[in-house]
Amino acid sequence: MRVVVDYDLCESNAVCMGIAPEVFEVRDDDFLYVLQDEPDESLREKVEQAATRCPKQAITIEG
Amino acid sequence: MAESHVVVVGASLAGLQAAVTLRAEGFAEAVTVVGEEPHRPYDRPPLSKQVIAGDWDADRVALPAGAGASLDVTWELGTGAAGLDLAGRRVLLADGRALTFDGLVIATGAHPRPLPGVGALEGVHTLRTLEDALAVRAALDGGARRVVVVGAGFIGAEVAASCRQRGAEVTLVEPLPQPLARVLPEQVGAVLAEVHRSHGVDVRLGVGVEAIEGLGRVQGVRLADGTTVAADLVVVGIGVVPATGWLEGSGLTLDDGVVCDETTLAAPGVVAAGDVARWPNARYGEVMRVEHWEHAIDMGTHAARRLLADLAGEPGEPFAPVPWFWSDQYDRKVQLAGRPRPTDRFEVVAGSLAEARFCGLFGRDGQVVAALGMNMPGRVVRYRRELQDGLSWDDALAGAAPAVPPTS
Repeated sequence: MRVVVDYDLCESNAVCMGIAPEVFEVRDDDFLYVLQDEPDESLREKVEQAATRCPKQAITIEG
Repeated sequence: MAESHVVVVGASLAGLQAAVTLRAEGFAEAVTVVGEEPHRPYDRPPLSKQVIAGDWDADRVALPAGAGASLDVTWELGTGAAGLDLAGRRVLLADGRALTFDGLVIATGAHPRPLPGVGALEGVHTLRTLEDALAVRAALDGGARRVVVVGAGFIGAEVAASCRQRGAEVTLVEPLPQPLARVLPEQVGAVLAEVHRSHGVDVRLGVGVEAIEGLGRVQGVRLADGTTVAADLVVVGIGVVPATGWLEGSGLTLDDGVVCDETTLAAPGVVAAGDVARWPNARYGEVMRVEHWEHAIDMGTHAARRLLADLAGEPGEPFAPVPWFWSDQYDRKVQLAGRPRPTDRFEVVAGSLAEARFCGLFGRDGQVVAALGMNMPGRVVRYRRELQDGLSWDDALAGAAPAVPPTS
């Protein structure tokens, strides 16, 4: 599983961070940082939920 | 035995999420989604922003989960529900048909509150649907230059920002002394008002609307202080009324929404979710109705699970979320997690009001009850998680709340 963020779409609403803080972090510079590009399978459900709930649909999961 | 049937009335975010959850939870029998609007589910937050600003085409607002054939449900779109026969387990549709159900999800949302005493005038709009947003955009495309926005709540403030982005002259009229005065402390409202002024909006606070003037087409807005603001486009954003008209006389309890128990159950086999639902949130000991985006998702999910439990004769879990929302105005992102009251203490814990970039906490009875941020989304989300577990005021101010790591 690979997490890809489209930073042209991302508005740093931090919804993803609320769901999967192990993977997504919005820092004080207002930018989203992906902490793990290839998170463990055990995080798949959370990451998929984060992708689904992103208000900008900026997150895609490959694989 | 005939196949079991769940009817979801309301084809927006809460209804869609309920239908998605029914399938995700393994409900394999019939699901019908009824929608008053002719569209598959779409996302409303971009309407006041990207759609009016002209940045997005209309088709981009579609919600992926409700598009195409990805969701195995029967869509009944373009026909609203007109009534509920609770004893007969039937939803009556506006076109005269009836749908029988075993389980019912009520997710009809809300309608914009009209400005009292204002008749139909061309150029006066409310904003709820895609058509509403496209009508406002068309007015701007057609050369409307003088815009009056009535109501400085989130919708009004966002519309004002989008119209400024289009280069129109914008007057924002609010009868309360500050924007969002019912939700936010005065000093934060003042920051928002200043953000709008710095972008060239004529912000008129503490003054109500006396009348909208014009013959057939709007010409101006007369304010309670006697002045008249010339206008060729007026957008009214003074709140919403839950869409419960079709439930009058059904036997369900209606009180500014469909009244549910703490698990979102409104009657046996009937749940409600989203803007239309009022329920006791045990976390706050308060009966509430929440009109925010993520709330519609969370409550739609919870209500669908609750319905399946009820149909299986099982008890349900209470629904006790920490409400959360965001609003984008110009380059400012406002986020609020929790449930503040005007009487709560408020303290800025990071950034400053002066730079319009801050995070502040609301306190009551020794506890942090809400976190508010402007352009500090990461902090608000961290506090939101803390609020789930409970956060004492002293701990929070002593820095016990997790700090956001420095930028690498």
